[in-house]
Amino acid sequence: MTALLQQRLRGLASLAEALLTPHGADRYLELLDPMLVRREIRGRVVAVRHQTPDTVTFTVRPSRAWRGFEAGQYVRLTAEIDGVRRTRCYSPCGPGSGDLEFTVKADPHGLVSRHLHATTRVGTVFGLSAADGEFTLPSPRPERIVLVSGGSGITPVLAMARRLVVEGHRGEVVFLHYANSADDVLYRTELAALAERHRGFRVVHAHTHGRGGDLSGFFSKQHLAHAAPWFRDAETFVCGPKPLMDSVRELFEAEGLGERLHTEEFTAPPLNFDTEAAEGTVRFARSGRECANSGKPLLEQAEDAGLSPEHGCRMGICFSCTQVKTAGRVRNARTGEVSGEEDEEIQLCISVPVGDVEINA
Amino acid sequence: MTGLQDRLTPEQIEEFGRELDALRQRVVDDLGEADVEYIRTIIKTQRGLEVAGRGLLFAGFLPPAWVAGVAALSLAKILDNMEIGHNVMHGQYDWTRIPELSSQRFEWDNVAPAENWRHSHNYLHHTFTNILDKDRDIGYGILRMDAAQKWHPYYLGNPVYATLLALLFQWGVMLHDLEIERVFKGERTWAENVPVLRKIMRKAARQIGKDYVLFPLLTGPLAPLTLVGNASANLVRNLWAFSIIFCGHFPADVESFTQEETDEESRGQWYLRQILGSANITGGPLFHILSGNLSHQIEHHLFPDIPARRYPQIAAEVREICERYGLPYNTGPLRKQLWSVAKKIVKLALPGTPSGGPEVTVDPDRQLRAA
Repeated sequence: MTALLQQRLRGLASLAEALLTPHGADRYLELLDPMLVRREIRGRVVAVRHQTPDTVTFTVRPSRAWRGFEAGQYVRLTAEIDGVRRTRCYSPCGPGSGDLEFTVKADPHGLVSRHLHATTRVGTVFGLSAADGEFTLPSPRPERIVLVSGGSGITPVLAMARRLVVEGHRGEVVFLHYANSADDVLYRTELAALAERHRGFRVVHAHTHGRGGDLSGFFSKQHLAHAAPWFRDAETFVCGPKPLMDSVRELFEAEGLGERLHTEEFTAPPLNFDTEAAEGTVRFARSGRECANSGKPLLEQAEDAGLSPEHGCRMGICFSCTQVKTAGRVRNARTGEVSGEEDEEIQLCISVPVGDVEINA
Repeated sequence: MTGLQDRLTPEQIEEFGRELDALRQRVVDDLGEADVEYIRTIIKTQRGLEVAGRGLLFAGFLPPAWVAGVAALSLAKILDNMEIGHNVMHGQYDWTRIPELSSQRFEWDNVAPAENWRHSHNYLHHTFTNILDKDRDIGYGILRMDAAQKWHPYYLGNPVYATLLALLFQWGVMLHDLEIERVFKGERTWAENVPVLRKIMRKAARQIGKDYVLFPLLTGPLAPLTLVGNASANLVRNLWAFSIIFCGHFPADVESFTQEETDEESRGQWYLRQILGSANITGGPLFHILSGNLSHQIEHHLFPDIPARRYPQIAAEVREICERYGLPYNTGPLRKQLWSVAKKIVKLALPGTPSGGPEVTVDPDRQLRAA
């Protein structure tokens, strides 16, 4: 019965698409309500709060094309700023189904984060991508887990913590969170409630610049040993500013525990590119556009040439901008590695042409 | 010899190019939310008119409803093709990174597939504007639109072909992409046309399916009325688009060029050719919107990728620049420009119109004026 009904509905939907060619049903539905679109994912803000003066936390109810996410994954959130659509990656930290919760820290130099901080209201509609990313809890869940986060990097690991609580995880979980001072701690009450309700779940607050925490100063082996003396037998997940990530990684490498460390990077590592010595021509084959190599990453060069390739993080993390390079050599601006393989998939946002390059975009 | 390149001194042409580049940059720097809001309002209006038009045809047994339905649908198709489709596909909104406004993704309510059109129009016509044997918009491979096109008895039918092209304009644009005349000349192979043809068939099938099969069937016993209504809307759009587009390049005094005189053009010289090769149409704001602002063909040809709503805003400045450099700025009301085009179509049907060799510039008047 329901199968028949579904079949009928599908038939109706394809009839509607045929009638509404060439624009398709979504282009009409969105004029009634942007959330009615069927093929794209959108989210409407249903709650907004400010945990600290420079952050905004908002809850988004996704449209029906949303398929959920695993704790620790990120989505690409798209906002329109002065007529231009901008996309960035953020990790939602809801319990894993239903509404998504985002916390964004306004970076003084960040266009999108400042815009989100200043303008997000109940009713705001964003574009969303499907969830993506490998930074997730392994299955079966490890017995012992260390979650380390700094600042707004708390979101993916908080999502993991919430998920573990929902699942009734029986092992030990330590949540070591870094903030400048007590006033800057995000999700303080939620963390306290999690620790209270769940045996074996412990929260350790470290303040880098203020007193009143369980620990003070920057991450060190002592901090880790204090928070989780059994960290060698645990799986550790870390997300936060680059210095924190670096020092955690160094420690784990030194201890020979590199395999037990899982990281998610959302801060841009400095890219190395030289716009002075650039030479050659960049050709975007599909659109037939060509320009002189400016020495900037290919994504920027494509945008300067009037193209708008799909992209996300602009820092080599999310792979939204991956395209096939059909000819030439590119330098990876993060690692400095030069590659000239044929028909190779490259990330436009961190690849800089070395001489003539052709991209299938 | 007087030619395109003798209009201005090298210093003048350089300064002229710089002025236009600066004008363009000022507009580009100012692009923002207002431009996106504008095109969204037009899109909303277009969708509203389309839904209203289709809806009214369900009551097509009432003559006023049928007429109103056809009018709304005609306007919807005109807006879709002119102010939205033509302009979006020129990349005028690519800077917004909004997928629905992306030149690469947009598809219009027209049998000519966007992808083919982007090549024949955006690339060929806009790069080689009014260069004989390169700009295939001169005559669309069917008509004699320039005295320098060698006369042939075939061209006696010029007015008839023009009338047919006007009536069936979207099909003309669609077939234009096949570059049939180049196939006959051996400059293009049939094999090259296979992918173009495949896209054409798919697109045309969808358009025919919608206008001439599905919507008529949905109206049940009114099917014939709906079919005629939809055909009428397509016809109105065809006549309108043909008129606007032919007035953009073919009134008297608009110049054509030879390949020789446009070899190794500088940026300023390219701008110059766009101005000499285009003509505007005067009218009110609504007229400009319905013409997709191609009534500002001169501004459009100078800056094909800046949002068309900006053309009326910069027209006075472009005109002032033209005056300062002693260049013509061809403009006039629709009836004047149409009459001028019609006269040219008829005149060029006959032999004996002066035509120069390849080394002389195409418009004989140009030499008179220069002399």
